[in-house]
Amino acid sequence: MITGTTPTLTLPLKGRESRGTPSPSGGRWGWGWFKTPPLLCAAVVACLLTPPSILAAELRIGLSGEVTSLDPQLLASQPNLTVARHAFESLTDVDAQTRLIPGLAESWRAIDATTWEFKLRRGVKFHDGSDFSAEDAAFSLQRPLSIKGSPGGFAAFVRAIASATAVDTHTLRIKTKYPYGALPEDINSILIVSRKIALNAGPEDFDAGRAMVGTGPYKFVRYQRGDRLELARNDQWWGKAAAWDKVTLRVIPADPSRTAALLSGELDVIEHVPSADIKKLNINNNLRIIQTTSWRTILLHLDQYRAQPPGITDANGKPLGKNPFLDLRVRQAISKAINRAAIAERVMEGLAVPANNIVSPGVFGHNAALKADAYDVEGAKKLLAAAGYPNGFHVTLAGPNNRYINDEQILQTVAQLLTRAGITTRVEAMPMSAFLGRVRKEETAFALLGWGSFAADLALRSLVAAPNPEKGYGAWNWGRYANPKVDALMEQALGSVDRARREALAREANTLAMNDLAFIPLHHQVVSWAMRAGLNYTPRTDEFTFAHHFTPR
Amino acid sequence: MFLSLFMQFPINFALRRLGQSVATLFVMSLLVFTGVYAIGNPVDILINPQADQAEIAQTIARLGLDRPLWEQYWIFLKGAFSGDLGKSFAASIPAIELIFERMPATLELSFAAMLIAVVLGIPLGLLAGLKPDSWIGRGIMAGSILGFSLPTFWVGLMLIMVFSVQLGWLPTTGRGATVDVFGIPVSFLTWDGIRHLILPATNLALFKLALLIRLTRAGTREAMLQDYVRYARAKGVPESTVVRVHVLRNILIPIITVAGLELGSLIAFAVVTETVFAWPGMGKLLIDSINVLDRPVIVAYLLVIVFLFIFINLLVDLLYTALDPRVRLKGAR
Repeated sequence: MITGTTPTLTLPLKGRESRGTPSPSGGRWGWGWFKTPPLLCAAVVACLLTPPSILAAELRIGLSGEVTSLDPQLLASQPNLTVARHAFESLTDVDAQTRLIPGLAESWRAIDATTWEFKLRRGVKFHDGSDFSAEDAAFSLQRPLSIKGSPGGFAAFVRAIASATAVDTHTLRIKTKYPYGALPEDINSILIVSRKIALNAGPEDFDAGRAMVGTGPYKFVRYQRGDRLELARNDQWWGKAAAWDKVTLRVIPADPSRTAALLSGELDVIEHVPSADIKKLNINNNLRIIQTTSWRTILLHLDQYRAQPPGITDANGKPLGKNPFLDLRVRQAISKAINRAAIAERVMEGLAVPANNIVSPGVFGHNAALKADAYDVEGAKKLLAAAGYPNGFHVTLAGPNNRYINDEQILQTVAQLLTRAGITTRVEAMPMSAFLGRVRKEETAFALLGWGSFAADLALRSLVAAPNPEKGYGAWNWGRYANPKVDALMEQALGSVDRARREALAREANTLAMNDLAFIPLHHQVVSWAMRAGLNYTPRTDEFTFAHHFTPR
Repeated sequence: MFLSLFMQFPINFALRRLGQSVATLFVMSLLVFTGVYAIGNPVDILINPQADQAEIAQTIARLGLDRPLWEQYWIFLKGAFSGDLGKSFAASIPAIELIFERMPATLELSFAAMLIAVVLGIPLGLLAGLKPDSWIGRGIMAGSILGFSLPTFWVGLMLIMVFSVQLGWLPTTGRGATVDVFGIPVSFLTWDGIRHLILPATNLALFKLALLIRLTRAGTREAMLQDYVRYARAKGVPESTVVRVHVLRNILIPIITVAGLELGSLIAFAVVTETVFAWPGMGKLLIDSINVLDRPVIVAYLLVIVFLFIFINLLVDLLYTALDPRVRLKGAR
């Protein structure tokens, strides 16, 4: 159903037959309610789902993640960026398939290996009526470095920048410290604030709305922390006018409550539909679900640096004497022992695409020719025997239980499948906060991680490159996989300002890492939105929910 | 003479209480601080995934998280004594501000729940106590078992499914429109606010309602057997007066004690209800903060809650003395 090369999948959800009409067998509020609950319930829902909001052109969206601050440069978290991107914009933008498109910069080019020139859009105004200029852009690119109190700031996105200067009102020149091809991707995460307003503004000024002055399609109206952000359309916006006069972004992290709010008609759209509710919403005529492959790849890191990794023993609990994960045949055996199709279909209820790539289909550097390993227990057993483990061994698989879609169930399923192939696997699932603490203390040898990225070379830099604090490589390479060939290709790719050349190199590095099983790829997540049947949305690979991209059908 | 005794008692009492409270706050902060430290590092979970090793190390150092636990705690204590409980890692604004910003919503929800529990619980309990063998008495008791035994989050979801999704009478989640009263945003003064308040308050009230029903019923049954009730009846006092004056007044003291203590737990443990109904209160803030190990907020929240408990207990004790002269005199000696 979901193929590797087409990242977009839209399900036009046809209900079985019309269930949305009142039942003739009972009055609406009479005893008939007890006799024919499903019919009446459907009828009531039908009434509620034809809200007056269509006339008022209001869109009410249920977001799944807690927004901690409205300051667009404080914390690089998806929920914060989701709300911020309604009021603020970046120089470069990405389309629904994560490919770069112009944002506040109309065009850009590399003048030489370390100099970029961005031509800025003319006639763009901030919400307070002032003109957007290269000064604001230069200021916004430096501001992340001045924010000191945040544990997850945006400094990493401007790390490569040596200087950003306004050549004239509409030209910005960026010098990088070294040749760096991923600059346009990095600065996509830097939202442009008004220099005049943000110069002395702290997070509390953004939360209060005083500093919520961007160039984006929506203007700040009211913010109630932990509850909602109300926005009004920016009629001066340079882009195609959004369809909604008024937008309310509600924060409802509890899955069942978010679904209920949609069913009751209180919301028009919810993001991250819980997998358990998809079937139920699918058969509802008044709703539709739109899905696409997300950029998030779920993978297993394998310890490849210690002679005696924790949790790996023989059948009697004694140390093995060597690290089995260092043997490619063992890694291949693990990959073959995992039934990715079953995980995608059963555990994930269709919300996954089996993976053999560091990035999702359509993302920069993806190699469509790489197919996920087929399920092959016998092959896995043979490989294990050839590697010197005819009786297998014991491992502990660790991972979070509150971060990714059905993460704990994935861990359990993988453990069962590996045990079947001879690798007896014990699962340790815990909240992400505790899990990352374990990882930091290097107490895990086999661990699950999810990763989303705009480009394969960027993902390789974090996940696969040999850890090198000086160059900033491999910060998330928990298994310390090290392959100089992959590193060299990745480095060349990132250093290349020629996009075609860069993508070819990134793809090659990706292919090499996958063929060597630097980590075990499991699947790419599928991201879902549920909405009123009268709405349309181009599903985004980067999982963002933007009110201005919803249109009436 | 009497007046001086009355004045003396609460001061002694309050001073002793104050000493205990400071000790409790101290122990609590130490426990929470160590606990959160043991779980992990907030930087690990909040860090920008693109950050490299140097940036991660710098961030940890900047937030002081690389120092030994005792040093971090010492810095916290120094700040706490000057009234600074630290800034939230996730929101970068003072933790105590975040909590006070969310407190009115939680207090409103808790008071509404307590109101429902008291207004329904005492009459129903009285009824069940007066007519223990009738079908109505048995029905009330059976209902109270449900209130005790059903998990809050499940009941919350069921309330949403029935009253919001299927019947469409009330909104599913969130807080309604607010009006400022002395600078505090309250929602119970607007129709929209009340509509949003009904379901979560009912959900939160159920357990306390069941408790009050049982307490009132037990007290009523006991009081009905007392001599003074029998004499009152023998005197020919009308039944309604007997219940009002002789029964209700006497059973009110334990009920007030329990209701007071339970108010504290309502405020502190509104977490589940707030999560299910996406109610923007302190409990939801706590859960979000625990998820990202936002230590300043977690510590400040628990200190505020401990303080609230102490305050409410004190209030209950004082109320007690006002209701029962015997307690007052005993305390004075």
